Amino acid sequence: MLEIDNLTKTYADGLQALRGCSLTVPGAEVVAVIGPSGAGKSTFIRCINRLVTPTGGSIRLDGTELTALGERGLRGVRRHIGMIFQEYNLIERLTVMENVLAGRLGAVSFMQALLRRFPQADVDRAFELLARVGLEGYENSRADALSGGQRQRVGIARALMQEPRLLLVDEPTSSLDPKVARSILALICELASELGIPALINIHDVGLALRFARRVIGLSAGEIVFDGAPAEVDEAALSRIYGADDWRDAFRQEGEEDRHVAGEGMAS
Amino acid sequence: MSAPATVSPRRWRRPPVIATPWLRWVAVAGVIAYLAFAVVDLEFDYARFVRGVPRGVDMVVSMFPPDFSRWDLLLGGLLESLQMAFFATAIGVVVSIPIAVGAAANVAPKWLYAVCRGYIGVSRTFPEVLIAIFFVKAFGFGAFAGVLTLVIASTGFVGKLLAEEIEAIDPGQVEAMRATGAGPLGVLLFGVAPQVMPRYIGLVIYRLDINLRESTILGIVGAGGIGAVLYNSFARYEYDFSLAILLAIIAVVLVAEWFSGFVRARTK
Repeated sequence: MLEIDNLTKTYADGLQALRGCSLTVPGAEVVAVIGPSGAGKSTFIRCINRLVTPTGGSIRLDGTELTALGERGLRGVRRHIGMIFQEYNLIERLTVMENVLAGRLGAVSFMQALLRRFPQADVDRAFELLARVGLEGYENSRADALSGGQRQRVGIARALMQEPRLLLVDEPTSSLDPKVARSILALICELASELGIPALINIHDVGLALRFARRVIGLSAGEIVFDGAPAEVDEAALSRIYGADDWRDAFRQEGEEDRHVAGEGMAS
Repeated sequence: MSAPATVSPRRWRRPPVIATPWLRWVAVAGVIAYLAFAVVDLEFDYARFVRGVPRGVDMVVSMFPPDFSRWDLLLGGLLESLQMAFFATAIGVVVSIPIAVGAAANVAPKWLYAVCRGYIGVSRTFPEVLIAIFFVKAFGFGAFAGVLTLVIASTGFVGKLLAEEIEAIDPGQVEAMRATGAGPLGVLLFGVAPQVMPRYIGLVIYRLDINLRESTILGIVGAGGIGAVLYNSFARYEYDFSLAILLAIIAVVLVAEWFSGFVRARTK
């Protein structure tokens, strides 16, 4: 169970990315977060595993307050939050197997990681997951040799390797063509319900969101302005989320938010 | 006759680099005056130059044929140089790693960044021969001082260039590793190391190449290796032996350069 209460984030230069967002995801549920570029989707999802440090509010995962955790405690919680990225964020020069095993990086010792001596149980599980995402036989390929869809499948396997209690998914399909995008999204939703865990998916493609999610959150200018079933997303809801179609503004803000997230992500 | 004759042609000249006329003339006059002062003060004397040329020719003539009769002395010095270079490179490139990580602004805390950048700055300020003079005074004549010199120089060189490589890595891969709950060492191992590894290998080979060259001259200030033999042969006017030593050094440097290029071309 994920409980987010009155979450706010103001970046160092005064940009208010989140203005009091509250959300409760009771159990295994695929939640799509939609909204115009710059609405704070990226910041929202990164506040949950604290890749971005929230300014205020509270986040509880299965009862654990995440905003109060120290470095060590935070790493312990992150180990059980799987994340899937828009640009896959694979370790390009390493093999597919090393990328999947990287999901266990928080659980193994430095020497085990250095010498790539992961526990046999992890290796077995990695092989299973590779088969499950349709990449059987690819374990020794280098990540940079794969196609976009294959890379995202490795990203999914890495996230599942963590035995996650929550999946955070940031624009999983924006770098993929429509057909591959659908299959990737279907796979993520399938796996989330198989594992019985909640998944939060940032997605700007409203069509895909309505098709795959069981619940839709609309984010606009850092506030949740819609929360309901896909069937309830009508023209009124969409205009509330996307507002006047001032797309030029929206695009400029997206660049701004990406920069903030990247800047904060590298620190500490 | 379409153009009216009253319009004068518009002239154009490139605007001067220094816009203020008096400043321009002061700058030019200053440079000329200092050049004249330097020539006079250094007693650069044409007559002396003319007298020296035949003496130089005599010296070159007396170098032939090169004298390899004391090959044991030559080989001993050369082997010591090679040992110094290999040993110093082996230590230097390993010590460089923590220094480079500390000197990369995107992964190191500010205080550590300041310390490591400070060290790199100092070690790169002084030329090898100057550092060698200091270590010879502190630790006495011989290869020990030479090895220390090359270690310091290697850490400054590899540390700086590797740090710059680390600062240019893709932050997405680092973010993904942090999201798995990995500790700082795990993040370095999987998020950073694979991205900079080809560059690091190239730097190691390049530095070995440089250390081989440097190790041949450090002996001139008493820091061990073939340089001491060379210096002594000059002091005793044994120019034919000097030439033999020089030819041996050239051979080593050429081999080192070929090897360096060969390896670096294969680590892309």
